[in-house]
Amino acid sequence: MTFPALRATAVAVALAATPAAAQDRLLNTSYDIARELFEALNPVFAENWQATEGRSVTIDQSHGGSSRQARAILEGLAADVVTFNQETDIDVLAAGGLVSQDWREALPNGASPWYSLPAFLVREGNPKDIQDWDDLARDDVQVIFPNPRTSGNARYTYLAAFAYGLEHNDGDEDAAEAFVKAIFDNVPVFDTGGRGATQTFAERNIGDVLVTFEAETGGIAEAYAEAGLERVTPSLSLFAAFPVAVVTEVAERNGTIDLATAYLEWLYSADAQRIVAQNFYRVANEDVAAEFADTLPEVRLVTVDEVFGGWEAIQENHFAEGARLDRVFVNQ
Amino acid sequence: MTAVATNTGAPVRAKRVLPGFTLSLGTTLLYMTFIVLIPVIALILKGAEIGPARFWAIVSSPRAVAAFQITLTAAVIATVFNALYGLLMAWVLVRYEFPGKRVLDALMDVPFALPTAVAGLSLTALFSANGWFGPVLAALGVEVVYTIWGIALAMAFTSVPFVVRTVQPVLEDMDPALEQAAVTLGARPWTIFTRVVFPAILPAWLAGCTTAFARSLGEFGAIVFIAGNLPFRTEIAALLAYIRLEEFDYNGAAAIALVLLAFALVLLLISNLLQFWASRYREAGR
Amino acid sequence: MSTPAPPYGPSRRGERILIGLAVGLTVLFIAAPLAFIFVRAFSQGWQVYAANILHPATLHAIWLTTITAIIVVPLNVAFGIAAAWAVAKHRFPGRGILVTMIEIPFSISPIIAGICYLLLYGRQGLLGPWLQANDLQVMFALPGIVLVTMFVTAPFVAREVLPLMQAQGTEQEQAAVTLGANGWQVFRRVTLPNIKWALLYGAVLCTARAVGEFGGVSVVSGNIRGQTNTLPLHVELLFNDLNAVGAFAAASTLTLIAIVALVVKALLEGRKAA
Repeated sequence: MTFPALRATAVAVALAATPAAAQDRLLNTSYDIARELFEALNPVFAENWQATEGRSVTIDQSHGGSSRQARAILEGLAADVVTFNQETDIDVLAAGGLVSQDWREALPNGASPWYSLPAFLVREGNPKDIQDWDDLARDDVQVIFPNPRTSGNARYTYLAAFAYGLEHNDGDEDAAEAFVKAIFDNVPVFDTGGRGATQTFAERNIGDVLVTFEAETGGIAEAYAEAGLERVTPSLSLFAAFPVAVVTEVAERNGTIDLATAYLEWLYSADAQRIVAQNFYRVANEDVAAEFADTLPEVRLVTVDEVFGGWEAIQENHFAEGARLDRVFVNQ
Repeated sequence: MTAVATNTGAPVRAKRVLPGFTLSLGTTLLYMTFIVLIPVIALILKGAEIGPARFWAIVSSPRAVAAFQITLTAAVIATVFNALYGLLMAWVLVRYEFPGKRVLDALMDVPFALPTAVAGLSLTALFSANGWFGPVLAALGVEVVYTIWGIALAMAFTSVPFVVRTVQPVLEDMDPALEQAAVTLGARPWTIFTRVVFPAILPAWLAGCTTAFARSLGEFGAIVFIAGNLPFRTEIAALLAYIRLEEFDYNGAAAIALVLLAFALVLLLISNLLQFWASRYREAGR
Repeated sequence: MSTPAPPYGPSRRGERILIGLAVGLTVLFIAAPLAFIFVRAFSQGWQVYAANILHPATLHAIWLTTITAIIVVPLNVAFGIAAAWAVAKHRFPGRGILVTMIEIPFSISPIIAGICYLLLYGRQGLLGPWLQANDLQVMFALPGIVLVTMFVTAPFVAREVLPLMQAQGTEQEQAAVTLGANGWQVFRRVTLPNIKWALLYGAVLCTARAVGEFGGVSVVSGNIRGQTNTLPLHVELLFNDLNAVGAFAAASTLTLIAIVALVVKALLEGRKAA
């Protein structure tokens, strides 16, 4: 590493950090597995912004478990926009006064430009014959998914398994809880983010099945084509909305409200939706969805509202201290 | 107690007080207070806030106990290895002349200078199935990565200079006359080593091992890459504290951190006492 | 000051076995991991390596790590000198306790240091409300990174300078004072020349550690790519991006810094001995 190079970098960064420069900057705080997605989206947005506004823009990314990220923002992490995988994580910010109360109405589809669902990734040839949620509760199966206290991804897994448990036990909540507990007992390690769980499964070769968003199973199956990892879609899964919002308090302070809003609106454009679909998410734009229909298997999706009566009820019955999640997630 | 008396009476003859005492001591105390003491006190206050019953529940929970056990076991393995390897290195570097000795000496500082995360990344790749050592060891039926051996390996790597660099100067300073006398008396090399050399370097060696052990208990960066981080099997205490933080369970994090802090302070005390004993030995040997 | 080998020891053969063992173990245990970093970093060729290093996020991480070291090292040098001057040149009650206190950061896990700082400066920490009221950002920003790095590296300079100052005693300084020199003159003309190599040596070690700090910084950083991601954290981030070659490329820059530090240290050691 040469000194002049270093100095040049320092100068470049110093210039970039100066507010007077004709350079816009935005911090997008996001969930863990969205790394590749925004790596693909951000340069295209920057091109558009340059073309329409004549200004260059740098989008910084921070990735981690969705709930962990929300709490980091509450602790002072200065995010302009959030792109999360769980509504409750934005509600927490709204309750803290950082995001406007009616953030769901600010953008189409309840402010969720795309959605996904918990799905499975298994080893080559599916040696344990894992097809559905009840296979995850078997004694001979090791399951990998992240920590539900830090990761929205893992909480969708918990909820989807619970929904399956309810359906197969005539709506008996305690039986469903016992079913989910049997699955949790098969998990050797709870990483704090979805990507950590992926690493555990794909790189460290631990576990028979990885439960994560379909978007991640698609991308990872591609990245690990040599290892022959296979995607499995369960008979029933949960519609997982991926909400986005402007962190008004921070954006106002940084003077980035317009940029932040334009960025989030752009995520709904056909260009952006196509990139999103390429990353194995399911998108709202019908034309784009039709284009990618054959990459995404049909699946019966239930929603949080149908099964659990909305997020508030979930918070109270499942995620609150001492509620069902705590009873399932014991010894941890 | 007599030891302390000797110490204060020893080499400095302060006939007159030099200038700058207030300034230098003031700066030192200010810096120590703000950078070290206040943050540590914040941790202790947080620990006190938890209350003894809750504190005990946290640190005696099965997962925490397992984490402490794993950390201690791996640190013991690493320290035993370093005790032997470090002693060998110190001996070879002081007593023998051979080509490449200076390079070997410089390599002993690599673990100090190399960021621990980089060490962890490299060791993991090196010992995994597609690295240089992984396939060889796998053929022998030894698994290192994602096991307690991996943790011990990372600990050993990051702490070996402590042993080498504490023993080395003592060996260098040893009076050759002692050994020559033993030779004259017809003692065999091994006898000379165990009866003459080893007792002289023992305090320094123990002090080095204690520091290496303390460092192993606290190591994080190198271990998270190689350990696999499975609760109850390969999860170390420092990582558990970190996970508690990520869960925003501040009480859990603070309680585990306090236990580690107490360990570190006790070891620091032991090491300082040993160093003091060692320095007396060196004075006496001259 | 090399000690001549005493006229005894294991036989020639025994000596060769010991040397062979030492060299062999060191090659496997220390040199191999060092070499492996470069092998992996270049495993996809120069161009991929260059692209990884010149990625803006990597460059920013290099810059942030440099800035942190530039702030931390001089402060720790000043602290090291002050501590050594106070302890080595004066007698006062509690001196032994102070020496032990200086060593504390050395034996505490950096993770614990990070937790301490979060409990103090975090939003829910002791100073959290006050910091917020005054709109001061410490955690998840440069100040937090700098503070934790200062904690972790605090003893490095003091540790090197202190024993030397102690060994040199106070006679020369006493003489200078008698001749009418003031405190600053005594320090600059008498003490500093005596300790300058040890001082530099401590600064080099301090720099290496500051550049490489991982655990403590990871607690207080917030992991914002291109903003609060130091180089060691960036290594981990790239690793989690499933970009192992990129991680090794970033690691190789850190390794180069370490090697430079070691070479400088070796040169200083020669000076120190002279």
